[in-house]
Amino acid sequence: MEKNESILYLNNVSVSFDGFKAINELSLYIDKNELRCIIGANGAGKTTMMDIITGKTKPDEGEVYFGDHIDLTKKDEAEIANLGIGRKFQKPTVFENHSVFENLQLALEGHRNILSNLFYELNEDQRNKIDSSLETIGLEAEKYRMAGELSHGQKQWLEIGMLITQNPQVLLVDEPVAGMTHQESERTAELLTSLATRHSVVVVEHDMEFVRSIARRVTVLHQGSVLAEGTMDKIQNDRKVIEVYLGD
Amino acid sequence: MEKSLIQRLLLSDTGSKILTIVIIFIAIVVPVLNLLVPVDSPLHISTYTVTLLGKYLCYALLALSVDLVWGYLGILSLGHGAFFALGGYAMGMYLMRQIGDRGVYGNPLLPDFMVFLNWGSLPWYWFGFDHFPLALLMMFAAPGILAFVFGWLAFRSRVTGVYLSIMTQAMTYALMLAFFQNDFGFGGNNGLTDFKEILGFNLQDNTTRCALFVASAVALLSGYAFCKYIAQSRLGSLVMAIRDSESRVRFMGYRDEHIKLFIFVISAMLAGIAGALYVPQVGIINPSEFAPIRSIELVIWVAIGGRGTLYGAVLGAFVVNYAKTFFTAWAPEAWLFILGGIFVFVTVFMPKGLVGIYNQARSRNTRKKSMKESQANIRNS
Ligand SMILES: Nc1ncnc2c1ncn2[C@@H]1O[C@H](COP(=O)(O)OP(=O)(O)OP(=O)(O)O)[C@@H](O)[C@H]1O
Ligand SMILES: [Mg+2]
Repeated sequence: MEKNESILYLNNVSVSFDGFKAINELSLYIDKNELRCIIGANGAGKTTMMDIITGKTKPDEGEVYFGDHIDLTKKDEAEIANLGIGRKFQKPTVFENHSVFENLQLALEGHRNILSNLFYELNEDQRNKIDSSLETIGLEAEKYRMAGELSHGQKQWLEIGMLITQNPQVLLVDEPVAGMTHQESERTAELLTSLATRHSVVVVEHDMEFVRSIARRVTVLHQGSVLAEGTMDKIQNDRKVIEVYLGD
Repeated sequence: MEKSLIQRLLLSDTGSKILTIVIIFIAIVVPVLNLLVPVDSPLHISTYTVTLLGKYLCYALLALSVDLVWGYLGILSLGHGAFFALGGYAMGMYLMRQIGDRGVYGNPLLPDFMVFLNWGSLPWYWFGFDHFPLALLMMFAAPGILAFVFGWLAFRSRVTGVYLSIMTQAMTYALMLAFFQNDFGFGGNNGLTDFKEILGFNLQDNTTRCALFVASAVALLSGYAFCKYIAQSRLGSLVMAIRDSESRVRFMGYRDEHIKLFIFVISAMLAGIAGALYVPQVGIINPSEFAPIRSIELVIWVAIGGRGTLYGAVLGAFVVNYAKTFFTAWAPEAWLFILGGIFVFVTVFMPKGLVGIYNQARSRNTRKKSMKESQANIRNS
């Protein structure tokens, strides 16, 4: 894989919390319009990896690049989001006291400063964008409902919808199907697969069946570094992986 | 049909409508009954009452500013009394300079307390306060700058929750101690008082009192419309989003700390204006306005009225202060216990305050009505 094709580039990244190495010399490359799955046991460092990419946690060592030359370690969360990296949290996080429509409206790209928000008027074009996001996540009927009233699965979709509306180049999606029914996860799989035609999507997930259904390329994290990487078949037959993760 | 801005801000919901009508009504009727109705008529309103109501209006504006940061932004400020007091001091300094040589010591330049302290000249920070425009600027700027510096430090280092509340308490407490010092230059524990005139009008005149009363009503209504404008804008939506899930806002690419700072400063300025209008009506400003307990009381007004609605804050300020006037005449030592009791009662039994009870009752009614209707429909079919 050549570096110039990749949109996200982590090289030898380490971070420790009170002496505990949560991420240990991790290297990872994500390509443009790639759909990547990251798996790993609890505490493997998956969420921490996303924290590092999105600027929430600063790495102790290593490089994190977006595109060819944007050094993410020098940026904060808001800057990184505005560069085009969106994130769905592990615990679904939507604005519970806002309607579904308002949630998406706040996510709309552009208009990030105070005064333009004070005098903001929604135009037709933006309305259409919100409607198209609603259609993509299948929540048209819930448009004016309070986000707090949605089911767990619907909240997950709404949060993904907010990401889409934000229109980032990279979507980091942390455990999108946790707490979803089988049918709901199938729909989520379709949704994420379709997104990968226009965005790079990185999905962290525990649910192996789900991963199998969407994965083209899988990375296994173990104790803060990459244990194995490749197609699902290759991963499932990898001796190291079987030993520490898949093995019964 | 496009609604006009005024309609959208002041008449969009029942609470706003009632508030607008009541304030406009008293702003007209109270001065008329005070100035035009003869003193022996039962309809006459005494100047004492005008001033008392004027005080309530200032408190209501102050409550509004607290609701903006607490109800909408989610920051429990226990230091808003400081912003109120700073606005009050800015006005007080102007009023002191207006006294001129009519003070006890007859010094044309120095206020009495400075003469008493044997100060030879006016401290630099008193310069220009004899000009009303500058004083007016300072009524906004003094609380605004304090809020900016405080907020900039606190929000940038992401202090939130209880820690932030404690810091706001510490801020107002520190200011109280500073203003108590004689050499701080604001009259020590006596504060600023014995005012004579405002803009050339005698402060003891009924007409001046009524004008101040009307000014307070106008300030309250404008403040209300202003807060409502913010609340209804996309910025307001963001502000509430920050309250409910700050990190989500941040990861969407907004500068949450800037938005918080903006609202905090705006709110402090509103509080400052409330203080500035309060001082000429009560005739004194002293460091007790900075007392931590004062700031806690404000929060209780808003909690009792119902936070996050704006009109609830106004209602709370009126109700609690009316009760305070009533009870302190009757059992002054008991007031804080009564207030504490009401506060506990409200937090336990009516978390959404007085307006919450009303809204609950109304939604229960509409539910009943719609149930009756659907039953009727079933019967009819
Ligand atoms: N802010 C922090 N302070 C201290 N320790 C942390 C912090 N964040 C993460 N850790 C630790 O780092 C390790 C990796 O955590 P992380 O949340 O990245 O795991 P994960 O792979 O996302 O696990 P899960 O599947 O449970 O979500 C864990 O042992 C966790 O306790
Ligand atoms: Mg995790």
